[in-house]
Amino acid sequence: MTWRTATVIAVHDETATARTLALVVRDWPGHVAGQHVDVRLTAPDGYSAVRSYSIASAPSSDGRIEITVERLPNGEVSTYLTQEVVAGDELDLRGPIGGWFVWRSDQKEPIQLLAGGSGIVPLMAMLRSRSSAGSSAPFRLLYSVREPGAVFYRDELRALSNQGDSVVITYAYTRVTPKDWPRPAGRIDAPLIATGTWPSTLRPTNYICGPTSFVERATDLLISAGYDREKIKTERFGATGERK
Amino acid sequence: MAIISRGFSGRRSVADAKLPPGQYLTTDFPVLSAGPTPHISLDRWEFTIDDGSNVLKRWDWKSFRELPSETITTDLHCVTRWSKLGTSWEGVSLDVLLADVKPDLPYAMFRSYGDYTTNLPVKDIINKQAWIAFKYDGADLAPEHGGPARLLVPHLYLWKSAKWVKGLTLMPHDKPGFWESLGYHIYGDPWREQRYSEE
Repeated sequence: MTWRTATVIAVHDETATARTLALVVRDWPGHVAGQHVDVRLTAPDGYSAVRSYSIASAPSSDGRIEITVERLPNGEVSTYLTQEVVAGDELDLRGPIGGWFVWRSDQKEPIQLLAGGSGIVPLMAMLRSRSSAGSSAPFRLLYSVREPGAVFYRDELRALSNQGDSVVITYAYTRVTPKDWPRPAGRIDAPLIATGTWPSTLRPTNYICGPTSFVERATDLLISAGYDREKIKTERFGATGERK
Repeated sequence: MAIISRGFSGRRSVADAKLPPGQYLTTDFPVLSAGPTPHISLDRWEFTIDDGSNVLKRWDWKSFRELPSETITTDLHCVTRWSKLGTSWEGVSLDVLLADVKPDLPYAMFRSYGDYTTNLPVKDIINKQAWIAFKYDGADLAPEHGGPARLLVPHLYLWKSAKWVKGLTLMPHDKPGFWESLGYHIYGDPWREQRYSEE
């Protein structure tokens, strides 16, 4: 798999600790929603560090992709990408990678997305892919975040859920809720799964992405609620991992 | 030719020198799986060896745990780039499990609860290179790390060390398992950085 030159064309902050980089990748072969890329940084003496990041943008044919990077404490690569990089910089990038945790626009069945924190990124690519392909597959998103200020893509998600075309979004807050929020802050639980996801009788395909603790809890809750084990796809961020 | 990243110097540590190319050191133990964690009760656990048509060996949990086991201290290298040094395991060597099986078939497909599979050459699982591990760091192996028992083949990327393992099928020819069918390397040697199928 060859390294390609990616030029940063724009950056913007999603939250206080996460930044989206819009890139144009030379000879980009295209991607499917849910896939990721490797980004390589190289120091003047040749030392290099590579990390993987999920693609946030829908498939497109113009070589443009977006990644959203959450800055981790002492993150060697994430700190650089969220604090140093400016439009015009070039990065080494390769991909797309991954053929399992993907949504293709010819999938017609109901889709349940469950995001924990920055696990929203590959799921956002699926929502955007659905829109850009004109798909009418019914989508629901359950998005668990620490606090209101930690929500990525806030305005775009609001617009999606206001279109009334069967994208239903449910938020869950683990530490701090918005004012007058009906559900107290806390981890996802069975009542939230019951109200915030498709009924298991619809047999949705489920994509769960987030930290390991979130993914374990979400899969256990879905299985207890009668979902098909074989229709649950997961992608986990290790405690140190910058993706997965 | 790599692009030099303006203002990047990295946070390299001395320990990185011992790592395969492209890996970085971690001290915790990240979890990676493609789907739900199966919870397998010991009274229905079994491990079988077959040749594609006949079951050659079968153990239940009790007979498996009566086999001689070893402690293993080894480094782990995950394709998602973390490495963890000096991990401690207890398990039964594949040399023990394959002792009465004439391994004239050169490849093996390991099978897991939850339908995961991964392929390995038999030469890579004999001669003290692979174990069915049931303890990590002195404690029973947790379900999210592959318990009650997982394959441990530490000289290859960790996806080869199948969690929740339930058996292996000996095969005349190599064929790709789960990740190997989805763009990952058929063999997966971290020291040769065999991450993806095109490498």
